[in-house]
Amino acid sequence: MDTEQETGSGPSSDRKYREVQQSAEFGELRRSHRSFAFPLTVGFVVWYFLYVLLSIYAGDFMGTKLLGNLNVAFAFGIAQFVTTFLIAWWYARHAAAKLDPKADAIKNRLEADA
Amino acid sequence: MNSLVQLAAEDASDHRTLIITLFSVFVAATLGVTVWAGRRTKDATDFYAGGRSFTGFQNGLAISGDYMSAASFLGIAGLIALFGYDGFLYSIGFLVAWLVALLLVAEPLRNSGRFTMGDVLAYRMRQRPVRTAAGTSTIVVSIFYLLAQMVGAGALVALLLGVSGDAGKNIIVAIVGIVMILYVTIGGMKGTTWVQMIKACLLIAGTLLVTILVMTKFNWNISSLLGAAAEESGKGAAFLEPGLKYGVSTTSKIDFISLGLALVLGTAGLPHILVRFYTVPTAKVARKSVNWAIGIIGVFYLMTIALGFGAAALLSQKEITDSDAAGNTAAPLLAQEIGGGADSIGGATLLALISAVAFATILAVVAGLTLASSSSFAHDLYANVIRKGKATDKEEVSAARIAAVAIGAVAIVLGIFAGKLNVAFLVALAFAVAASANLPTILYSLFWKRFNTRGSLWSIYGGLFSSVFLVFFSPVVSGSEEAMFSGVDFQWFPLSNPGLISIPLGFLLGWLGTVLSKEDEDPDGEKYAELEVRSLTGSGAH
Repeated sequence: MDTEQETGSGPSSDRKYREVQQSAEFGELRRSHRSFAFPLTVGFVVWYFLYVLLSIYAGDFMGTKLLGNLNVAFAFGIAQFVTTFLIAWWYARHAAAKLDPKADAIKNRLEADA
Repeated sequence: MNSLVQLAAEDASDHRTLIITLFSVFVAATLGVTVWAGRRTKDATDFYAGGRSFTGFQNGLAISGDYMSAASFLGIAGLIALFGYDGFLYSIGFLVAWLVALLLVAEPLRNSGRFTMGDVLAYRMRQRPVRTAAGTSTIVVSIFYLLAQMVGAGALVALLLGVSGDAGKNIIVAIVGIVMILYVTIGGMKGTTWVQMIKACLLIAGTLLVTILVMTKFNWNISSLLGAAAEESGKGAAFLEPGLKYGVSTTSKIDFISLGLALVLGTAGLPHILVRFYTVPTAKVARKSVNWAIGIIGVFYLMTIALGFGAAALLSQKEITDSDAAGNTAAPLLAQEIGGGADSIGGATLLALISAVAFATILAVVAGLTLASSSSFAHDLYANVIRKGKATDKEEVSAARIAAVAIGAVAIVLGIFAGKLNVAFLVALAFAVAASANLPTILYSLFWKRFNTRGSLWSIYGGLFSSVFLVFFSPVVSGSEEAMFSGVDFQWFPLSNPGLISIPLGFLLGWLGTVLSKEDEDPDGEKYAELEVRSLTGSGAH
């Protein structure tokens, strides 16, 4: 086992991580991740709970028929599937374009120094 | 063994022979793969993380295999068949929950940990207490989840052997347990991952077949499928609207919110899902695997509409509840019906096929859970707490193998005493415990600089004890007709899912413990700097 890589206290004795963390480049990477992931998380949780709450407190509205036996509740449920697929796809695109290049650059430099 | 032979002789039918044949083929094939993988398992990384050698698609398939448990397949189909639309919420919650894992957990966890959830927590906290806490909660969540799977196995056996087959049931549950122990001890993560992939393909294929047959019967018209389900259920349009199960009283409405919260926040705290992120080489591949999983799982849950409403449309409510009061056998019954009925060859074949798929599902999920909990026992509790980091690789893996045997034994005992509750509902309890005990600490650890040992301990133990405590005094355990111990009544907590109380409590205690601690473990912020840089860039990842 590569014991020098063991987690926990000890390994962070050198200050290189601290320096990287303070750098503008890393700040930008963190911002690109957080400004995308955090609001989106809040967004889909709110959207999901809108669905949960409407299901219990707005039964009549959810039961409104749209097409044959398909009602609003059903359409809402399918919409949750669609938004989940879309968010997953959108995040993958964002990560590939905005996160991976920055992360790789920082990682390569850190490893070149070591 | 005698009673099993006797039972088989009493009620010998083609489908039973066929199920046993199909299931034996699955077991033989997967054990073959396991032995092959076991030969390639040389060190701890192989045993815990499959050598980190899987591709995004392979791991996505394996994640789907781990996640689509008896709860998804048997439980949701049963809930929809009995309660219509309300059962569908499970499908939605189980899927949406993956976004938490994708956006916040999978990649940083892969980058900063080695084998377990405890690795990430131990990064900047005091190792021994937080690893003890993480190991404990991992094992408790896994046991809740195991219980649900074993209830599913029990319901299937009852369907196939008749309710009187107690001895037969125990034998089959024991066989499931023993095979699962073999997967884990011989094949480690490599073998278990291949088993998950094979099982995911079988489950998707079986579900697709039934879906196609159901949809063909209704000329691919969803509206007429729903219409027939509403009519046959005897509840009319209400069957297609929310509220049948959860709309009856204020308590049940709040219970529904509690369930919704547990479902959406539970996934990213499930130990057997978290360890999957370590089986790939990089965070990028971890992301790809989650995206594959979302696609596969999403398509599968869409098909639960056809399974559940199809069962409601083609079977009578009495047929469903007579076989299993909680609806756990609706899917195999539907397969029998759609294949041509109980007395036809088509019906018997399809019942056998779907039952064998369900057994394979249970077996694989139980193996995944056992691997995750025995890994955590060996890596967190044994190696780092008991042996204080002085155990060798070999000793650690041996400890994991011994733990797998012990946990497998627990699963067998649970299976034998497993109750009469719906399995999707039971799994939702495991989700609530995971969301209360694990998710707050994972998120705080990754994203909150000030978070410390006391915060971690308060959050894990607070979330864990409050959720388990509330379940114990809920209508699930006592005081109701369907309770585990229906003869006694010590119930006082009204909700059957504790998430609404215990999840916010887990988050609150994590915050409170942190701000109340005077201990400054990271005065220069260096440990958090290292964690943050590593988790976002993958620098120094294992």
